[in-house]
Amino acid sequence: MNREEVLERLQPVFRDVFDDDSITVSAETTSADIDDWDSLEHINLVNAVEQEFGMKFDMGQILTMKNVGEMADIILSRI
Amino acid sequence: MRELEYPFDSNNILKRAKRIKRELLSDGSVRLKKKIAVLGGSTTHDIIRAMELFLLDAGIEPEFYESEYAQYWQDAMFPGEELSGFTPDIVLVCTSVRNIKTWPEIGDGAERVAQIEEEEFSRYTQMWEKLSSDYHCPIIQNNFEDPSWRLMGNRDGWDSHGRVRFVRRLNERFASYAEAHETFYICDLAYIAGAYGLDRWHDPLYWYMYKYAMGMDAIPYYAWNAAAIIRSLFGKNKKALVLDLDNTLWGGVVGDDGVENLEIGEETAIGEAYSEFQEYLKAQKDIGVLLTVDSKNDEENALAGLSHPDGKLKPDDFVCIRANWEPKSLNAKDIAHSLNILEDALVFVDDNPAEREIIRQQLPGTAVPELPKEPEKYLRILDRSAFFEVTNLTEDDRGRTQMMKANVDREALKSTFADYDEYLRSLEMTAVIHAFDPLHFARISQLTNKSNQFNLTTKRFTQDEIEALAEDEGYITLCGSLADRFGDNGIVSLAAGRIEGKELHLILWLMSCRVLKRGMEQAMMDTLVMECEKKGITKIYGYYYPTAKNGMVREFYAERGFELTKSEADGSTVWALDLTKGYELQNSIIIIQEN
Repeated sequence: MNREEVLERLQPVFRDVFDDDSITVSAETTSADIDDWDSLEHINLVNAVEQEFGMKFDMGQILTMKNVGEMADIILSRI
Repeated sequence: MRELEYPFDSNNILKRAKRIKRELLSDGSVRLKKKIAVLGGSTTHDIIRAMELFLLDAGIEPEFYESEYAQYWQDAMFPGEELSGFTPDIVLVCTSVRNIKTWPEIGDGAERVAQIEEEEFSRYTQMWEKLSSDYHCPIIQNNFEDPSWRLMGNRDGWDSHGRVRFVRRLNERFASYAEAHETFYICDLAYIAGAYGLDRWHDPLYWYMYKYAMGMDAIPYYAWNAAAIIRSLFGKNKKALVLDLDNTLWGGVVGDDGVENLEIGEETAIGEAYSEFQEYLKAQKDIGVLLTVDSKNDEENALAGLSHPDGKLKPDDFVCIRANWEPKSLNAKDIAHSLNILEDALVFVDDNPAEREIIRQQLPGTAVPELPKEPEKYLRILDRSAFFEVTNLTEDDRGRTQMMKANVDREALKSTFADYDEYLRSLEMTAVIHAFDPLHFARISQLTNKSNQFNLTTKRFTQDEIEALAEDEGYITLCGSLADRFGDNGIVSLAAGRIEGKELHLILWLMSCRVLKRGMEQAMMDTLVMECEKKGITKIYGYYYPTAKNGMVREFYAERGFELTKSEADGSTVWALDLTKGYELQNSIIIIQEN
């Protein structure tokens, strides 16, 4: 799987979690781009992403992810 | 909604929570609005999110107050304006083993250990007493799950210095408190975490990162249990099991295989599984659940199967057996009708997916648990689905099957009389009608929450509210019990009205459908009028608020001699009975006994 494919699979997860079918995610997407993406929704989002890819982030990674691109990179390194 | 039925996909529910909520809220159903204060000892955001979905699906639209992180005690003891102005219908104290402040240490003497236990426990009792006196509403308190580590290994469970032992002692004291206090309930975190798997429950990442007392995918399991208690308190429990026979209550098909070849009993593994399932179902009677049969079989074969010497369930355990070749959906409707309960109070249990699908379509309110192929798994599905979560267990619950069977005998007697009044007289009915009394507060509250059809205002009352009404001089309250030659029905009818000068305004009038057309409403009205006359009241106002279920009492006040005074666009009506014009007693059949 490459980065593009990871991003493609992330999009429906974001749409589900934020209940917004207009969301388009790119590597540069950050929490500032999505209205409901606060620290509590982040927990739910991370869990949903973990389920989607069958992997778990560790504590350090959850804290340091800056944008969706970095999230995708971690996923790629873990699957 | 299928997604929210047990067994559910925890992660899917959380991921799609926003969508599911939106879909539920737009399905057009009418829901009971309730306010729930969640006083948490950890981050409760996702707990509330999941609980909201389960409650919406059960016909309750919750509004939540959520305390700031871990402020449960401060909020209870020193509530801010937001909480004190919230007037909750339920308080949920959502604490966990993480909230234990002081633990015994290895060097502590017995006295010190006892002192620590007392301090921990009294921190909770203080809080419960404060909550109870501030809000007069049911309190749900989590007990403690086992800790995530054991200093002494297995010894931790029995040595008084062990944390495991300490937690279990506190849980025992919580349970004793619950036994001694009505309207106080325990959400059994210890069991829920155990059933889920303690190590998965205590996901350390979720505690350190987010201060979640349990791992993310454990949250819906907790929320499900807390919601089950709330559902039960607000009368959303199911009332009857509608059971298939072949391959549901025993292995094999009785009509084809013959009784002697059915798998039930201790001889085979599958037979044992069916035995325990039957034992479980039979015990449901003790908590007031009605058992019925809906089977495609000749009745003779069905009864033969149920009389299997190794079977636990016998024909006598059922209030109603429909074994014929009619569509099962027709039988199920007929069962609801003959028990005078609504279709949404039924749970349909059948191993055949096609039959389940038909019921889902024909009786949309009926619960239809998805049974797995393996019979040994039936029991757990029913058990965890919490259709009959017990919050208050009254005398009435324990005797319900007997009472319903007496109704069947009455029906049989009725058919022998040409004249209905003559039949009623032959029942030799006696009623006791008096003001709400402490002995019956639990049953009275239960009736206000369960009665849907013969209910003029459909106003629900918690036990605390019933107690407050009973003690308020500004109200007249009546509860009536009815007995006859077949048995005692217990409390079956309630009325309550607010006194305003020389007027009485009826805020509550209901009757259990168990005693329809027996003249009990006439007897209640007579007693109410007598009570009014004693208090110098000259006019009684009755109110009818239509719901999807109470059409049968639309003309109730007209039948009691009231005059229509107001009619609203939504179908609500107001009625008045002028006592100055004289009142003629309506009941001549039931003998009224002094309390």
